[in-house]
Amino acid sequence: MAQLSKEKFQIIGCENANADEISRASMTYWQDAWRRLKQNKVATASLIILILISIMTIVGQYINGFEFQLTNNELSNVEPNLTHWFGTDNLGRDIFSRVWAGGRVSIIIGLVGAFIDTVVGSIYGGISGFFGGIVDDIMMRIVEILGSIPWLIIVILVSLIFKKGILAIIIAMTITGWVGMARLVRGQLLQIKEQEYVLAAAALGANPSRIIARHLLPNTLGIMIVAITFDIPSFIFGEAFLSYLGQGIQSPNTSWGALASAAQPNLMFYPYQLFFPSLFISLTMLSFTLLGDGLRDALDPRLRQ
Amino acid sequence: MLKFLLKRIGYMFVTVWIVATITFMLIHAIPGDPLASAARKLPEQIRINFYEKYGLNDTVIVQYGRFMKNIVLHGDLGESLAYPGRKVSDVIKLHAPVSARLGIQAVSMGFFLGVSLGILAAFNRGKWPDYIVMFIAILGISVPSFVMASLLQYFFTVQNMWLPTTGWGGFEHTILPSIALSFGSIATYARYMRANTLDVIGQDYILTAKSKGITKLSLVWKHVIRNAILPAITILGPQLAGIFVGAFVIESIFAIPGLGFNFVSAVGDRDYTMVLGQTVFICTLVIISYVVVDIVYGLIDPRIRLTGEKR
Amino acid sequence: MEKILEVKDLRVSFHTYAGEVQAVRGISFYLKKGETLAVVGESGCGKTVTSKSLMRLIPEPPGEIKKGSQILFDGRDISLMSERELRELRGSDISMIFQDPMTSLNPTMTIGKQISESLVIHRGMSKTEAMSEAIKMLDLVNIPDADKRAHQYPHEFSGGMRQRAMIAIALACNPKILIADEPTTALDVTIQAQIMELIADLQVKLGTAVILVTHDLGVVADVADRIQVMYAGQIIEHGTIDEIFKSPQHPYTWALLQSVPRLDTKNKGKLYSLKGTPPDLIKPPIGCPFAARCEYCMQICREEMPEVTVISENHEVLCWLKHSMAPKIDIPEALRGDK
Repeated sequence: MAQLSKEKFQIIGCENANADEISRASMTYWQDAWRRLKQNKVATASLIILILISIMTIVGQYINGFEFQLTNNELSNVEPNLTHWFGTDNLGRDIFSRVWAGGRVSIIIGLVGAFIDTVVGSIYGGISGFFGGIVDDIMMRIVEILGSIPWLIIVILVSLIFKKGILAIIIAMTITGWVGMARLVRGQLLQIKEQEYVLAAAALGANPSRIIARHLLPNTLGIMIVAITFDIPSFIFGEAFLSYLGQGIQSPNTSWGALASAAQPNLMFYPYQLFFPSLFISLTMLSFTLLGDGLRDALDPRLRQ
Repeated sequence: MLKFLLKRIGYMFVTVWIVATITFMLIHAIPGDPLASAARKLPEQIRINFYEKYGLNDTVIVQYGRFMKNIVLHGDLGESLAYPGRKVSDVIKLHAPVSARLGIQAVSMGFFLGVSLGILAAFNRGKWPDYIVMFIAILGISVPSFVMASLLQYFFTVQNMWLPTTGWGGFEHTILPSIALSFGSIATYARYMRANTLDVIGQDYILTAKSKGITKLSLVWKHVIRNAILPAITILGPQLAGIFVGAFVIESIFAIPGLGFNFVSAVGDRDYTMVLGQTVFICTLVIISYVVVDIVYGLIDPRIRLTGEKR
Repeated sequence: MEKILEVKDLRVSFHTYAGEVQAVRGISFYLKKGETLAVVGESGCGKTVTSKSLMRLIPEPPGEIKKGSQILFDGRDISLMSERELRELRGSDISMIFQDPMTSLNPTMTIGKQISESLVIHRGMSKTEAMSEAIKMLDLVNIPDADKRAHQYPHEFSGGMRQRAMIAIALACNPKILIADEPTTALDVTIQAQIMELIADLQVKLGTAVILVTHDLGVVADVADRIQVMYAGQIIEHGTIDEIFKSPQHPYTWALLQSVPRLDTKNKGKLYSLKGTPPDLIKPPIGCPFAARCEYCMQICREEMPEVTVISENHEVLCWLKHSMAPKIDIPEALRGDK
């Protein structure tokens, strides 16, 4: 032990400067969420894949020079080769171009459908959650009943009512699809309303619109973003499902679902025709799901660091 | 407790009635002449008789009244338009057992396999069993059932002729369709149970149990699983519904003569009365299963059983 | 009175993403048969980690009881025991009750069964024998209608009753040591008193030694025989209850005692509060851990860990103020001459 000199035993008191210091600059909620998302490798990879697929749906069908509707009976059912990268179908149409043309339709249906679901669901759920009481009771009963009819059955029935096409498909899938979002938004609102920080804001005299904008919305937004990300794959699936039932997109237009269901009977002889659309359906749904998982973790305020 | 039961059952009847009504309205909103779409070139007179017989000339309200009366009083779900004389209820009786067999296999597999995998993953968090289970789960949720069905079909029946491609008969015909049908369910249960089990493991009462020095088996079984599995029962309802509807496509792909296959054909044939009757039947089944699951859960969870209130 | 538990140089760390958190940094203490030892300190001081380590209830990984630590009980070292030996020890030789009775009981198992569990495993009783013994235990902890209550579920009990049930579970096999980790923190003040009375009562009846972990000095006053004060993973002072309350030596102890609000203070001044927060245990300070918050801090305090100063057979303190070269600081005015 070193020599203990007298000076070391002078009282100098405590350093309060350090005590309450905040060590790091604080980030906003969104900055922190984005940072956390970037750290999640799986979610980032999914995001990149989705961006790549989206780009391909925009330009993919023009790349190899074959128009997606162009038939050529000489070259029907050709296996993938250097000219026709994904092969051709039974009418000699280039599958590579068809996959990307179809992808455009499938993804648009996914995005538009999810958007409509979100808007309708949020408004409905928002009203129900915000007002509470008997308004909430009635609105939720309606939602419960609508929700107990299997979604896919409604989709099938409604698709029979309209002329086949993108609009019919979107209407069929959104007509009760918004129910999930409504429940989510309402649940979130009810929860937040009870939270102490809302009480605190009200006690401090904040007016309702300020409470809504500064407290209710940001917290609900996170949940909504995650819900949209999970909703899109349902639409892609639903569209494919309808195609398998013959109610999907009709020729000459195409979608991934239409391509898959058309290729299904040929599975034994030309498996590649089914493989490519199925691959991209699965890859897209998978990526959205993984991204949604990552977003949910990133946006969870309790995991903030 | 009794009040709880009665309320749920009463609610069930109301819901079924509303659903039947909605379905009826949807079917009657379909444009076009049903008979014309059935692609039958019937002589004028026969067509007129047909309309007469089925009351298709009456207003929608009257037809609705007749429809509801038939169901409630006679259990009669209507007659086929495409194949006159065939009653919907007969078709259901003929094909439902096939679907039931497939469905029961799929539901059981989904629940038992899914729950077990989820628990396995939770207890091995971060280690390779966890990653494998999570991988399977992610696949099951993202890969649509028909893609899975095609993959299975391709690999097990085309590349390697281990199993029959299509058809129905012996046990071997049920294997691939059951797997395809249950895969989504297995994935959902696995993910759910994993999250739930991890949640339970982190609870204070597990620490209490450990501090008593009980065996690992006791801890896992009586304390962890007992609490973790309860919520899994609540999602049994939606899972059942999913399997009912998933059967539509799976039966079509594997050419299984079940209710789903029949429904798809009816849609294709524009046999609207058949579609209506079968839809009401399926929806009723779904709603009944929701209520049954609800009631069963209420009986099992001591917190609800004894206080009779929802958590 | 013989020592039934001896802890020597206990070090416990947690390996986290941010680094190694040194929760307990070399503490030594003992427990005598039938006595009550209170372990006091604020959140994060390491008292709960210490108590859980005594029964090896800290998950290892990420926790680690460092080599060189010794937890001696009944001639064996708990830190070296196998899983099987630990299972025999837990619930039968040493038991623990936890802070929140709401979440510490299995919601899907009857109270009776939860008590019987330890009896069946450790005393080899049959289910029926164990159940009747469980009913006796419920009686012992003053739960009325014990035979009906034994078949009820936790959610049917009130908060205070649940804590009593926990005590019944813990004492069912008559352990030598009961560790009570903040047993009254989650309860109403009136119930707090009842529970502490019950524990004291049972202690006399069953001869159990009790380690009472708490941040509330008020709870400790009536029941403890000895007190040890922990800060940042170390024991900075320990002594008998008289010694600590009548002649505390460490500035942190002074701060704790002054923080207890009292109804009878003559001057209605401000409530005393100690500024600042405990140090980061990933990079613990080199010197005395309390230096940053101590108004008597000296240069030496920041540079080196103080040595142990023995004041009496049971009373020791870890503070540079006790060094011969340090200025003489008396016990603060407010603490002198009470009790």
